[in-house]
Amino acid sequence: MSVSHEAPADLPAPPTLSVGKILRSRELVLIGLLAMVFIGGNASSPWFLDIYNLLDSTAIFSEIALMALGTALVIITRDIDISMASILALSSLVMGLASQHLGLGAVPLVLIGLATGALCGAVNGTLVARLGMPAIVVTIGTMSLFRGIAAGILGDGKIAEFPTAFTAIGQSYLFGMIPLSFVVFILLSVVFVVLTHFTVLGRNLFALGNNPEGARYSGVRTNRLRFLLFTLNGLMAGLAAVFLTARLGSTRPDIAMGLEMEVITMVVLGGVSISGGKGTITGVVLAALVIGFLRLAVTLNNVPGNILIVFTGLLLIGSVALPIIGEKYAYLFKLMRRPRN
Amino acid sequence: MKLKTLLPLALAGAMVAGAAAADDVRIAMVPKSLGNAFFEAARDGGMEAAKEIGGVEIIFNAPAVVTAEGQIEVINALIAQRVDAIVVSSNDPDALVPISKKAMQRGIKVMSFDSAIAPDGRMLHLHPATAPGAAKSMLEMTVDAIGPEGEIAIVSETPQSTNQNEWIAEMEKLLATEEFSGLKLVQTAYGMGQSDKSYRETIALLRRYPDLKAIIAPSTVAISAAAKAVEDQGMVGKVYVTGLGLPSELAGYVHNGSVKSFAIWNPIDLGYAATYLAYDLIQNDGAKAGDTLDAGRMGSFTLDDKLETSLPQPFIYDATNVDEFAEIF
Repeated sequence: MSVSHEAPADLPAPPTLSVGKILRSRELVLIGLLAMVFIGGNASSPWFLDIYNLLDSTAIFSEIALMALGTALVIITRDIDISMASILALSSLVMGLASQHLGLGAVPLVLIGLATGALCGAVNGTLVARLGMPAIVVTIGTMSLFRGIAAGILGDGKIAEFPTAFTAIGQSYLFGMIPLSFVVFILLSVVFVVLTHFTVLGRNLFALGNNPEGARYSGVRTNRLRFLLFTLNGLMAGLAAVFLTARLGSTRPDIAMGLEMEVITMVVLGGVSISGGKGTITGVVLAALVIGFLRLAVTLNNVPGNILIVFTGLLLIGSVALPIIGEKYAYLFKLMRRPRN
Repeated sequence: MKLKTLLPLALAGAMVAGAAAADDVRIAMVPKSLGNAFFEAARDGGMEAAKEIGGVEIIFNAPAVVTAEGQIEVINALIAQRVDAIVVSSNDPDALVPISKKAMQRGIKVMSFDSAIAPDGRMLHLHPATAPGAAKSMLEMTVDAIGPEGEIAIVSETPQSTNQNEWIAEMEKLLATEEFSGLKLVQTAYGMGQSDKSYRETIALLRRYPDLKAIIAPSTVAISAAAKAVEDQGMVGKVYVTGLGLPSELAGYVHNGSVKSFAIWNPIDLGYAATYLAYDLIQNDGAKAGDTLDAGRMGSFTLDDKLETSLPQPFIYDATNVDEFAEIF
């Protein structure tokens, strides 16, 4: 695959994120894309460049973006998780049942949602890290399992009895304009950037992703790390469940159906290599903004939903292709110059 | 016809209102999903109403998948565009309440049609038909096929089906009146919502009641099964099938003669009336129980105490129009 002769030993030295690296990498492409989305959005709709509308739309993609943060780490370590949307559904259901039957308040409901998510994630982690099963097999299984449990309990029904203090979590705004889910996403993004790119733990992630055997022989407790990441991803799905359930003010077993693909799209667009060992959280955050605002621009033009997904697909392929094409041209350019020197 | 007398009135009314509103009114229609011929026909009805009213722009958009979350994203974008009214056929009555409330807080009129949003999240709901209206249509079609006298039977879905039971109860009430006193209901059979069971039940009815003249099937599954049974038994012309069904499934039976006419909600009328009601909501700045709202050629609609109303009677399909609608749904 790699074209470059002087492929650098990509074992990341600390820290794994620097200004120079950003300028050379995917982030630049994404910033360019984001600028294009803003220019195109503004040109095509008079409603796009309105701070209230822009911030309002973040509530739509923040839940997906939260799950993308956790999933990015899972993918960086060469694993995969496609059960997040089902974990979300099960967490949402458990919160619903707790609200309906126990009449719990907002805080216990949130804790229950988070705990359910983390527990589901721990199930994935145990099967993958302790039993050594392939992550794709495990999470295909739990994707059906978790949603199946939710569907088995609720059938075609739904739960719409939530306390207003709980639904306010998904329906209120900071300073009257920023949805809470987006605030939490931004704060957690900062935490994830620091953890992933400026700590030993973060370096271990990349070591594991680049060379699992090597990481293990260098003293990284790889299985424990993988277990923790799956649990963390479940926790993030639980958090997304809190926001989505509160935003809808109700839950049903087919909530968030198919969302796992949108999460993975965001992660891959953010520049995380699906084969592991490469990627940045800043890229994922930018990708979340690009996808979110692109969707706003497209829906503001009342473009039918089935064309919207074409845009996302083109964006994904285009953004992955651009740096590769760029690299190829840079290489050709070098070849052309060499004889003269 | 009624249409001709109502049209100038509606146009006159619309012009007065249009002059007052001056600017274009934007009404958004959000169906359950895209690519559904039923809702495309509803959109065409909406366009027809918009043209009649004048100065109304129809925005038609829905998510690619049939989910409440998808509809919320679409409605969010409509709020951002500050449309004047949003008309929704909801994918989830409860999940759409928060976003609809938000729209209403920003002065946008929200109503549902076809499939309702819970009462908190809408200013009115338009049902496709009333139970008495559906029952009356079915008996009228029966009389139209066999004349005012004769034995009839019903093939329904299950003994627990809410809608069907309501329609059957209304039919029984009407059968007791003078108008339909010549019709004699001999049996109500249940096809359990399955084609083969409905088919076998119909054959049993045909054997048991040799004088049977009509079968009423208030179920889209039962009506085509019953029509097929009548054809297979060589009873075409002797026994007629009627009820509620889809034009695309029944066109063949209509041409073969086992079905003379049948009914179902007309999506064009539904979209037309919904658009008019949305326009009324904008003009009157809301609506309350007991209000009577104008809807052009569809007449007027009175809101009940739950702020609900419905199209008067389902639309009748026969040999003259079934092919046209068979292509739609």
